Amino acid sequence: MKLEIAIRQREGAAFVPYIMAGDGGLDQLIPTIVRLEEMGATAIELGIPFSDPVADGPVIEAAGRRALSDGVTLEKVLNHLIEGKGQFNVPIVLMTYLNPVFRYGIQPFFDRAAACGVSGVIIPDLPFEEGTRLFDGINRHDVAVVQLVTLTSNRKRTEEMLKKAEGFVYAVTLKGTTGKADRFPEELLDHLRGLVEQSPVPVLAGFGVHRAEQVQTLGTVCDGVVVGSFIVEALHENRMEEVGALIHSAKHVPV
Amino acid sequence: MYAQPVNGKFGQYGGKYIPETLMQAVEELEVAYEEAKQDPVFHERFASLLREYVGRETPLYYASNLSRRLGTNVYLKREDLNHTGAHKINNTIGQALLAKRMGKQKVVAETGAGQHGVATATVCALLDLECTIFMGEVDVERQALNVFRMELLGAKVVPVKSGSRTLKDAVNEALRYWVKHVDDTHYVMGSVLGPHPFPQMVRDFQSVIGTETRRQILEQTGRLPDAVVACVGGGSNAMGMFYPFLNDESVALYGVEAAGSGIETDKHAATLTKGEVGVLHGSLMYVLQDAAGQIEEAHSISAGLDYPGVGPEHSFLKDIERVRYAAVTDDEALDACLALSRQEGIIPALESSHALAYAETLAQTMGEEEILVICLSGRGDKDVHTIREKVATR
Repeated sequence: MKLEIAIRQREGAAFVPYIMAGDGGLDQLIPTIVRLEEMGATAIELGIPFSDPVADGPVIEAAGRRALSDGVTLEKVLNHLIEGKGQFNVPIVLMTYLNPVFRYGIQPFFDRAAACGVSGVIIPDLPFEEGTRLFDGINRHDVAVVQLVTLTSNRKRTEEMLKKAEGFVYAVTLKGTTGKADRFPEELLDHLRGLVEQSPVPVLAGFGVHRAEQVQTLGTVCDGVVVGSFIVEALHENRMEEVGALIHSAKHVPV
Repeated sequence: MYAQPVNGKFGQYGGKYIPETLMQAVEELEVAYEEAKQDPVFHERFASLLREYVGRETPLYYASNLSRRLGTNVYLKREDLNHTGAHKINNTIGQALLAKRMGKQKVVAETGAGQHGVATATVCALLDLECTIFMGEVDVERQALNVFRMELLGAKVVPVKSGSRTLKDAVNEALRYWVKHVDDTHYVMGSVLGPHPFPQMVRDFQSVIGTETRRQILEQTGRLPDAVVACVGGGSNAMGMFYPFLNDESVALYGVEAAGSGIETDKHAATLTKGEVGVLHGSLMYVLQDAAGQIEEAHSISAGLDYPGVGPEHSFLKDIERVRYAAVTDDEALDACLALSRQEGIIPALESSHALAYAETLAQTMGEEEILVICLSGRGDKDVHTIREKVATR
């Protein structure tokens, strides 16, 4: 519930930055989370690096590769989160491809994630139906499984997904991978309005978002945004003030 | 009786572990394929192209010199005689017809050595489909002639610079491309891999191999073979060969993986022998991975076997022990390649040479009245460079 509450209690539009765990060194993980919370992040999407990130574009893939070459693993990231407990209060949502979780063990993963204070998990290669089967009989504690809904999800599946939605609905803004988009599909805003109308939990738009006016437009139509590649690139190139400015732009979106 | 997949799964294996954006396309494909299967017009079109364009049926050839040396009766299923030189075209014809049927004018595919890429580009030229092929940068360099072939056939070849820059990364990039162009593009998966329905569909298109073989061996000898051997990378020629024999309990089936420098080293592609269950490219299957669930790179002399996963149906057949899986090294495969070239006048692909190498071991346990069938999945012309280099450095 922590995740949903944090999004509902935000000021302006919700802003969820994505960071790649271990990019720039795992010792930077907790300080970065603390810093983003100070800047006003509503929640933090924490990427676990994976060898074959098919839903991601070049920026996040490169960040993942840097983290992997530093030996970052799911286990090490969770250990750092435990050690950092108490230093931040912003909800953490893990973004991980299925195989590292599968390898860890589904039940051990949820046990450990919950113990580490993780609020939610996003698995981009686990569609709703497979997730339902995979998590049958698993105690997920209070860890929300955040569902991605896309422009190609048909009406029947969208209804099913929204009915079971937890934490927030991750509305994918484009047909494509993560990255920085200059334009979104025409039908996007209507699509988002439809989701907001039907969804029992907040709706955040993500993929491609990197400019203040996009944050404003999307944040007006739905509950907020997730921003990945822009943040990952800015952190890598040490442009913190740009990160701060974009997060700040969300605060002034009329609710 | 051997069961069909339930919910797209062979036991626990298979499934649809893909980004949400692709779900609609994969479900449409499933429906379209089920409809096509019931449609005699589709079957007739597929069969006539296999007959008149590919040159099927391919011979089942009694290899008398090899038989004499091995002390058992060896038959070779000559998939190397297909148009484009391998079994790959059986599948690309089926999928291209399906793409047309679904109203898609564009296709995307991945390729490792280039055989599937050439087979896809060929069919796209024939059926007037726009064709984009992703190929790892390393493979583009190693297989420059196949790149040229694809371009000659009108395809666009995109070198993949990410990751290990080989087949696995070409699949990643082809999937990303598909996510972006899903409305008008069909993904021609090259093996019995990927999300359901691909593994089942590719197997069905390839099962012409086993169906012909079963009929031919009965015609030629009056009985079923005692053993059937095929090489396994992703596993499409093997699945196509094995499938029609699965209910023939007297027929022992053997899948042969690439042991590379040896399964005790870290340079091999023996996924079923050394891998563990995991998820890659849409499917739950055996994969080569580390303790943290990162996919590892595969290594083999043969680019077509150089993949860290293996089809979900093979994963299932291993677990229920209907098929036995073994692995042979680069050196053993090369020896078998040279032997067949000298003794039968057939230069086999290095992939198929793995099956030939294992057959030598297997033959030692077989009597002189027994029958051994080997799937000769492709011809070795594409490999002569590699063979020459390897022989020279021995």
